[in-house]
Amino acid sequence: MFLASETAHAAAHVKGLLGPTIGEGHSADLLAWVVLLPLIGAFINGVFGKKLARSTVTTIGVGSVLLAFCFAAYEVIRLAGLPDGDYLVVNGWTWFDTHELNISFSLMLDHLSSVMVLVVTGVGTLIHVFSTAYMREDEGYHKFFSYLNLFMFSMLLLILGKNLVVLFVGWEGVGLCSYLLIGFWYKDMEKAIAGQKAFIANRVGDLAFLIATFILLFYTHGSVDFVSEGGVQSAVTHLQGAGSGGDMTLLVICVLFFVAACGKSAQIPLYVWLPDAMAGPTPVSALIHAATMVTAGVYMMARMNPLFVASPTAMTIVAVVGGTTALFAATIALVQNDIKKVLAYSTVSQIGFMVLAVGVGNFTGAIFHLMTHAFFKACLFLGSGSVIHALHHEQDIRQMGGLRKKLPITNITFFVSCLAISGIPFFAGFFSKDEILFNALTNEISGGGPNFYAGITGFIAAACTAFYMFRLYYLTFGGTYRGDPHVYDHAHEETAMTFPLAFLGVLAAVGGFVGIPHLIHDAHLLEAWLSPNFGWLAATNGGPIHYSHDMVAELIVIGASVAIGIAGMLIARSMYNRSADRLPVAPVDAGWHRVLTNKYYVDEFYDLIFVRPLRGIAQFSYKVIDVGIIDGIFVRGSAMVVGLVGAGLRKLQNGDVQAYVTVVVVGLATALLFAA
Amino acid sequence: MLPFLAEAATAVASSTTSTPVHSIPLQWFLIVSVALFAVGSAGVLARRNALTVLMSVEIMLNAVNLAFLAFAREWGNMHGHVVTFFVIAVAAAEAAIGLALVLGIFRHKKSINLDEMNALKN
Repeated sequence: MFLASETAHAAAHVKGLLGPTIGEGHSADLLAWVVLLPLIGAFINGVFGKKLARSTVTTIGVGSVLLAFCFAAYEVIRLAGLPDGDYLVVNGWTWFDTHELNISFSLMLDHLSSVMVLVVTGVGTLIHVFSTAYMREDEGYHKFFSYLNLFMFSMLLLILGKNLVVLFVGWEGVGLCSYLLIGFWYKDMEKAIAGQKAFIANRVGDLAFLIATFILLFYTHGSVDFVSEGGVQSAVTHLQGAGSGGDMTLLVICVLFFVAACGKSAQIPLYVWLPDAMAGPTPVSALIHAATMVTAGVYMMARMNPLFVASPTAMTIVAVVGGTTALFAATIALVQNDIKKVLAYSTVSQIGFMVLAVGVGNFTGAIFHLMTHAFFKACLFLGSGSVIHALHHEQDIRQMGGLRKKLPITNITFFVSCLAISGIPFFAGFFSKDEILFNALTNEISGGGPNFYAGITGFIAAACTAFYMFRLYYLTFGGTYRGDPHVYDHAHEETAMTFPLAFLGVLAAVGGFVGIPHLIHDAHLLEAWLSPNFGWLAATNGGPIHYSHDMVAELIVIGASVAIGIAGMLIARSMYNRSADRLPVAPVDAGWHRVLTNKYYVDEFYDLIFVRPLRGIAQFSYKVIDVGIIDGIFVRGSAMVVGLVGAGLRKLQNGDVQAYVTVVVVGLATALLFAA
Repeated sequence: MLPFLAEAATAVASSTTSTPVHSIPLQWFLIVSVALFAVGSAGVLARRNALTVLMSVEIMLNAVNLAFLAFAREWGNMHGHVVTFFVIAVAAAEAAIGLALVLGIFRHKKSINLDEMNALKN
């Protein structure tokens, strides 16, 4: 399987570059349309949407993304026919060019981005379809689709950007769209604030991204392209040859890029915005805050894999933060009562898994989990959207229950997705999660051993995941209904909602088969597909990471994770799958329960150490600097001085011509005296 | 007292042989001219009666005329005379207009005291 890339790697070694082989670019015109179509859709719906009929808005909104998906699929098929390492490229225009640096606005489709582009456009299309039903009653219908399309444009730009700068444009674009869509119902102050919180938390990461890019620019040879000889890889080569100073620089760059990823992908310490982001409409939560945008950080790190693996310390940091986030968020999700909050913390936890995978060098697993997560989490969110829509915007799971009969398709797809996320064989999440856990416990990055901390936290998080997902499922669909009976009678599903759900449910069930473990079958399709990007990492190809293929160890890991998954599921079932009067009363007064319900008081902590001091500084700047110094001294002070001078001078203008003449004569006489 | 007065005195003393027309040196004319100008200026600046001020202006103009003529005589050309004619013409016009104005103001205010004429204020 690695044969092709092995010879290719030898070629790369001759060039002295540490990273995947740089192949040849082939031009692809349709690729530009993949990005442009959603932009055109966003423009039409955004500018003319108010005057257009709803059906036209729908056609443009959904059609542009569907067409983008078709074009993307066509180009991916073309890509599959090319030799490994080659990529498709749209050479745009030179954006700016100093003699030392040339940045072009170009797009690129390689094996890594092809996975992302299909997931994003595919899941995106389904969610667009779902939105047509979910948002039907909303007066901002056209605005919603305009934002969604704009988001698709930015996300595709992020994925297909040929260099870091174009990626960053998309990176900022998705942040903006996230902000716009979280605060979509901006008349509700709380939702508007949630949007701002997301935006501000993301800014922290974006700043780190920019600084990292600037540092990187010092060491590249003329560009920040992902695949070119003067690009990112050349900087890695340069820095690795530069001794301990170079290692330090690499570490700083990696950590800064990781901070950027933490902002976008909601990792500790910047995850706080994601749970609040659930204030947006549910399709938005599904598309942006579960399936696509929040995985951008993982994608970016996978994209920069030559950089990250060059710094083992940075990899350890990434793995530890990922594992901690996975566990931390999973424990919070155990006790949440808002259906979307549970899913939000679950998302944070699952992205923690992906970050963990990146940190232990299992980039394939990260992308694999990213893909399966997009399927089942989008399905879960859309399922929750279907429930919320049916129950007239009720989100509290304590007011639900027994919806199994009312929402049959939602019920089935939700259940399948719960199985998938819990890692029950042979649903999608089983394969990806096991691959990550196995790699965490066995991978050896040169200079370090297996990352047991990440592995252990991953395992506990997986157990928690199974429990809280089935707690959510049984509280929502099992038992008997606990809310307003009138609402229950009217609850129903819609075709535009069940169709995407069914589609995603099937993907959640079978999507994992692209990555069957070596144990069962040798052909790991996704790994083979991604080998042009990640194949070089393996020690067998001269790379820095030793991947284990120990069957016994793999069996143990699979056995253990399946066992805890099923255990979590059964415990949740025994606790929550009952009628309303027999539900366990949560020990709400217990200390641990209160800590979890209040999310470890992180928001309060941030409020204390960041928000309040900042407000203090703001108050100081306002009261003392602005009102006191600038207004008082500069603005009013200067006016007062001018006024006083004027009051003094106006005494001279007394209207007495003789006085004026006196001044003239005396002045002239004095001047003449000095002139003589 | 002043160096140029001493010089003038020497010039007078030594001019007995030259023609009487040139016997008075330039400086003397200028001293008279400056004195007249100073007297006129003082009148313009200090007096409160508009008529007196107008007369003082005439004195100043004539002081200047004297200076011009003195220079003309000194250099032996007619430039100073030409200018003086113009000044006399202008002075006549000025006197006419000035008196008309004073008359107008008097009709209006029943006074020609300059202290009361402060319409330029504000």
